[in-house]
Amino acid sequence: MNAPVPSLPTIPSAPLAARPVLRERGQHEVFCGLTGIVWLHRKIQDAFFLVVGSRTCAHLIQSAAGVMIFAEPRFATAILQDQDLAGLTDANDELDRVVGRLLARRPDIKLLFLVGSCPSEVIKLDLSRAALRLSRSNPKVRVLNYSGSGIETTFTQGEDACLASMVPELPTVAAQANDPLMVVGALPDVVEDQFKRLFDALGVPVTFFPPRRSTALPTLAPGTRFLLAQPFLAATAKALEERGAKRLSAPFPFGVEGTRAWLAAATRAFGVSDEHLARVVEPSEQRARTALTQARERLSGKRIFFFPDSQLEVPLARFLSRELNMSLVEVGTPFLHQDHLGPDLAMLPADVTVSEGQDVDRQLERCRAARPDLVVCGLGLANPLEVEGLTTKWSIELVFTPVHGYEQAGDLAELFARPLVRRTRLEV
Amino acid sequence: MQLTVWTYEGPPHVGAMRVATAMRGVHYVLHAPQGDTYADLLFTMIERRQARPPVTYTTFQARDLGKDTAELFKRTARDAYERFKPDLVMVGASCTAELIQDDPAGIGQTIGLPVPVVPVEFSAYQHKENHGASETLYRLVRACTKNGAPRGERPPGPKRCNLLGPTALGFRHRDDVTEVTRLLGQLGVAVNVVAPLGASPADLARLPDADFNVVLYPEVAETTARWLTKVYAQPSVNVVPLGVGATREFVKEVAALAGVDPQPVLDAQLSRLPWYTRSVDSTYLTGKRVFVFGDATHAVAAARIATEELGFTVVGLGTYSRERAREVRAAAAKYGVEALISDDHLEVEETIARLHPELVLGTQMERHTAKRLGVPCAVISAPVHVQDFPARYSPQMGFEGANVIFDTWVHPLMMGLEEHLLTMFREDFEFADGVGASHLGGHAPQAPKLAEPELVAPVVAAPVAASPQPAPVAAAAQAPAGATALAPGWTAEAEKELKKIPFFVRGKAKRNTERFAQERGLSSITLETLYDAKAHFRS
Repeated sequence: MNAPVPSLPTIPSAPLAARPVLRERGQHEVFCGLTGIVWLHRKIQDAFFLVVGSRTCAHLIQSAAGVMIFAEPRFATAILQDQDLAGLTDANDELDRVVGRLLARRPDIKLLFLVGSCPSEVIKLDLSRAALRLSRSNPKVRVLNYSGSGIETTFTQGEDACLASMVPELPTVAAQANDPLMVVGALPDVVEDQFKRLFDALGVPVTFFPPRRSTALPTLAPGTRFLLAQPFLAATAKALEERGAKRLSAPFPFGVEGTRAWLAAATRAFGVSDEHLARVVEPSEQRARTALTQARERLSGKRIFFFPDSQLEVPLARFLSRELNMSLVEVGTPFLHQDHLGPDLAMLPADVTVSEGQDVDRQLERCRAARPDLVVCGLGLANPLEVEGLTTKWSIELVFTPVHGYEQAGDLAELFARPLVRRTRLEV
Repeated sequence: MQLTVWTYEGPPHVGAMRVATAMRGVHYVLHAPQGDTYADLLFTMIERRQARPPVTYTTFQARDLGKDTAELFKRTARDAYERFKPDLVMVGASCTAELIQDDPAGIGQTIGLPVPVVPVEFSAYQHKENHGASETLYRLVRACTKNGAPRGERPPGPKRCNLLGPTALGFRHRDDVTEVTRLLGQLGVAVNVVAPLGASPADLARLPDADFNVVLYPEVAETTARWLTKVYAQPSVNVVPLGVGATREFVKEVAALAGVDPQPVLDAQLSRLPWYTRSVDSTYLTGKRVFVFGDATHAVAAARIATEELGFTVVGLGTYSRERAREVRAAAAKYGVEALISDDHLEVEETIARLHPELVLGTQMERHTAKRLGVPCAVISAPVHVQDFPARYSPQMGFEGANVIFDTWVHPLMMGLEEHLLTMFREDFEFADGVGASHLGGHAPQAPKLAEPELVAPVVAAPVAASPQPAPVAAAAQAPAGATALAPGWTAEAEKELKKIPFFVRGKAKRNTERFAQERGLSSITLETLYDAKAHFRS
């Protein structure tokens, strides 16, 4: 493994293993990995996502999107029917037929993902073989597969599985002097462009993965360094490391502190001085600090409780605690990657409960008992908790809104402040 | 395998959830993987329900599959009972759990809960949401009446009926129940039980006390009502009171079963629709071409209201409920159109584009389609959207429902005088095609977008792929896409004149003129041809 990156002076390096984690195993009130398609299909503009699943899968994606995105979406579900379950040969023939029709209709598609679901996995439909077969019969299209099933993946792990399936496709190049940094994780285009400008100003060559077009895949050289932009990319990071890439450890780029430390991990690895970094980011940090002022007044001292959702919980909690002075009651996350989240975990106060997994009814009991000022939870829980007098923030918005980096720090804080402000305004 | 982007109906277990969530004292233990919990948000977000649906999911994971998922189901069911203490437990499986064959029904019987345990099982790879709701209600009613145990004497007093079919997440069910209950009250008929909405298992046990049943939503309640007729000799009112005419028939049928006089209610002029539609302002509604699509009950009713009560012309009628295709086909035959029976929204979209209606009465899917095609639309049926749960009282049924329908359908249409002004002064710069009618917010209908390949190519091409006879469909589907590009053969003068025709009928005028010219073997379309064609199609 790569050596730990020296941390910035502001980051205490508390021993990681010391923090107790409450592990829960009961009803998980979270989305499955198929949900990631809702943003991924817009991120990679020549890719199509074909879920091989049931009517439930199709219904989930259309419901999770909240509103239906009614431009012709670049995803669809091949709904398994009784006859497909009768024999796998038939199911494969059917899949070939459906894909043939799809590609005839969308000749613009260059990358097709066959996305496994709970039913396709239970019947052991081998989508990796299907992808190979379909790649051969459709030479103009790269066909990959991954699982977004609820028995394998939780919400954002769908993106992880998707990106991991693309890693073997990244072209290898010879070691070069100026091998760029790879930023890994789907970011909104506007955020990606901001980071690109910053890295350019810092003199750090950079590529982004996933790319906006599948034909522009970033390259891997021996020892390519990469920086995770999202905390839920365990499998992708592992796949990159297996190809010889080196992960730079850093807190995730939320808020001023997180963004600075994240950039610093890159600049130090690329031999850029801390002074140069400070100079380059100064205007952005100044703006971000100003943007945070108002939200801090509203959020300071308020107690917050996170239900598990996207794995963004730990770095977000760190931001809320350290930059907005919020008090953390419980930080629930579906999956806690101790290594990737190490720097963020180290910055959490000692007294916070970190929980992994879920038993939703027990967690609701803890939440009710704690009476936090703000609850971050999924859409199934939010309105019922509001009725009980708790104030909630839908967690899915944190995934569907640009929240990374300096220029979004104020927006991110505002997402948490708004529900509280609303409560104070209403007099009905 | 069926290639699907959007679905009209969810899976059958969501139908079961709609019944469980509608009721009191029921808990549904569902063997399902974690992602299936998404269904909770349908109720808490779309319907803004104030409590979580009474559903506990096992949320099994891949690592559980090698072990004992049946044991997980057992434990989950016991824990759920202990926590929620329901009067009745429903047990079942979602599509994935159906494949692992743990037999939740059998387990439910053996875990020794002190309350009735009712298995609800479907074939998830064959059936859909409405079937699930219907089966669930039927199973619950059978269980709660102890499989049709003999009932006692019907209590004396005024005749009583049950209202069957309203569920959680139903299209205007909440307000329909209020409206129909009020109407029955005006007739002197009391409601015995409303089910499943608001009913407890004990209420279901009282269903046999009623003299007859009113089936509000046949998709959900017809099976149950039939069984009640067979076992308890309860007749059913099968007229669904959607529209003035149907409501009057409903009143008569109820009155006959209850032995009361319908005349006072019929004479009371309880709806404004009959006068509003006769008032001269409504003249412009005459012959408006409407396309109707929805669940079978609402689609058939809407076609009737459109024809008999608003004076529209039905140019297309369809449903996504294959189970009820027969009644939709029969209705379509009455209006001289071919029924569209399809749950492929792209096929529906293609049909709308081809038929060029002036108003679409459809579901939220058709609302989006209509928006894209620049056609006014009103929503008449599930699948539901947050907008289908308005804060105001807004029933579809009964006399007040007819008022609501009149307003909802007429408001999206061009108002009479504005329509004339648009025709008379095409060249007013503010009437330019890009500017829509003021009642549509002054925004342009989005028809021009059709010319953009990104949007139109897949939309038009999709049904081609889905259709067994691609060629004619493809040809027909070209029309909307080509609407802005003139085919060769138009003289410059005729083309200029064509542009003076309001955009919302221009496509039709163009096609009619071209057909007219083609049928007569004309090589070019002149100003004369344009007006000849106009006169021809008027006559």
